[in-house]
Amino acid sequence: MYILCIPIVAWYIIFCYVPMTGILMGFQNFSLTKGIFGSEWVGLKHFRDFFSSPYASRAIFNTLALSFLDLLFNFPAPIIFALLLNEVVHKLFKRVTQTLSYMPYFISMVVMCGIIVDFTKSGGVISQLVATITGTEVQNLLGNASYFRSIYTVSNVWQGIGFGSIIYVAALSSVDQELYEAARIDGANRWKQTLHITLPGIASTIIIMLILKMGSMLSVGSEKILLLYNPATYSTADVISTLVYRKSFEEYNYGFSTAVGLFNSVVNTSLLLLTNWISRKFSETSLF
Amino acid sequence: MKITKTVKNSPSRIIFMIFNYIIISAVAILCLLPILHVFMGSLSDPALLESNSGIIVWPLGKASLLGYKYVLQYRKIWIGYRNTIFYVVAQCFITGLLTVIGGYVLSRKRFHYRNVVMAFISFTMLFNGGMVPTYMVVKGLKLTDTYLALLIPSAMSVFNIIIMRTAIAGIPDSLEESACLDGAGEFTIMFKIILPLCKATFAVLILFTAVGKWNEWFSALLYLSDEKRYPLQMFLRSLLIKNESMSTANQSTSMQMYKTLINYCAIMVATIPILCAYPFAQKYFVHGVMIGSVKG
Repeated sequence: MYILCIPIVAWYIIFCYVPMTGILMGFQNFSLTKGIFGSEWVGLKHFRDFFSSPYASRAIFNTLALSFLDLLFNFPAPIIFALLLNEVVHKLFKRVTQTLSYMPYFISMVVMCGIIVDFTKSGGVISQLVATITGTEVQNLLGNASYFRSIYTVSNVWQGIGFGSIIYVAALSSVDQELYEAARIDGANRWKQTLHITLPGIASTIIIMLILKMGSMLSVGSEKILLLYNPATYSTADVISTLVYRKSFEEYNYGFSTAVGLFNSVVNTSLLLLTNWISRKFSETSLF
Repeated sequence: MKITKTVKNSPSRIIFMIFNYIIISAVAILCLLPILHVFMGSLSDPALLESNSGIIVWPLGKASLLGYKYVLQYRKIWIGYRNTIFYVVAQCFITGLLTVIGGYVLSRKRFHYRNVVMAFISFTMLFNGGMVPTYMVVKGLKLTDTYLALLIPSAMSVFNIIIMRTAIAGIPDSLEESACLDGAGEFTIMFKIILPLCKATFAVLILFTAVGKWNEWFSALLYLSDEKRYPLQMFLRSLLIKNESMSTANQSTSMQMYKTLINYCAIMVATIPILCAYPFAQKYFVHGVMIGSVKG
């Protein structure tokens, strides 16, 4: 029994706890040749550098902006979609539309971005659409910093709405049907029923999903952004994670990027715990 | 006896229902449309495709498999495919094995350190070292630029272990006891008795691991430098995002004309397997999302 446990615990030690000690790099002028124990200690220098650098405020602002937009659009969309689906009586229609809505989720990030790059290039479908709507000339949308946030958010919603609605559809089906009947007898119309029965019924699911989402606020879609951004759009696209990536793997400033990564993790954890605590205070649901 | 609804639908309800059907259909169509566009484009005439600016729902010009021919001749796609299939199968095996063991061990009440280990593991959900320190560890273990770099660091997830543990905890102890009495060892109990009983959860685990692995590219970017170990997504990234050409210089002028066509065909080649498979796995991932939401 204990022997069985060893590989698992060992894995966690090696791949989760040892890297945690690597956080020390964030307080050093880390040099690969000297290693952790040989590099000189610089205390909070990297943190000071980070917060005073021009990139920091931009990266933090962009991270928060993109997270906020994601929360604003990508969080309610699956809920609303699930609520609408719940009203559909025709079973086949429901099944077919649900299956179609899951499709975008299974497309890989690279393919998704490939499609985005193609649709937003100079002759692309979406570029043309935007040009006709705004009356300007056709341009490469990914080269224009002001479009980045919209492209990012819209593609997130497109990919997430179907799969995200699964959990809410499941939660909706567990709401007691008798409550609806009682409300109908009391004269409540469908809208009032939704407000007073459905939403409270799935409230705990919504809260848990929200808490989970909060935990990744600051790690906002670094992979997707890495694929879509370019120097022209750094002003709206550069986020904390991509800054960390650039600093470590393109400029080899490991100490600095570790410090920033640490900052990222700490804020994420705090947000998660904070949201969890708030939800525990005001409702019975919480993650921990 | 079928109970029919005797309440008549009011006019506002009917209007709402009509809007509802329209909106839902619109969402479903929008989900389908980009992929349809790419699919139809991949079958179209390349010159017409380059100059096209609208959404395509039917192959432009004469439908042909020309683009597919080019893409399938590109050696790297095959290298990528071979690697990705290897990574998916290997990862499913490794993760499946470790997660089942983990779930089993952590669900046994006779394991005295159960709670300690659980807390030890769960802490990593909240906090981790970050991109750079993890990279350093992998490098230190000399795993960089090997196949294992993509398999081992991503082998386990606390979430998966918790789900597995919940599923296994639901199996009555008496089964394990009687197996013990019959002389079964730990491994026999695990794989001959417990595993078949939590097949559904295990299937979900494998499904999500497989899909995640198929789509993975960032760890390859971090840990691999030799192209011969790249998964499919990395080659797609070079092709689609970094706009690298598929061929050598002397062919590149004609390749440029076909750029969009080749991109579309490459996308379809990488995605068709998943698109064909996912409707059948629907039952599993719907089930999976639901059990994931109920924390053990």
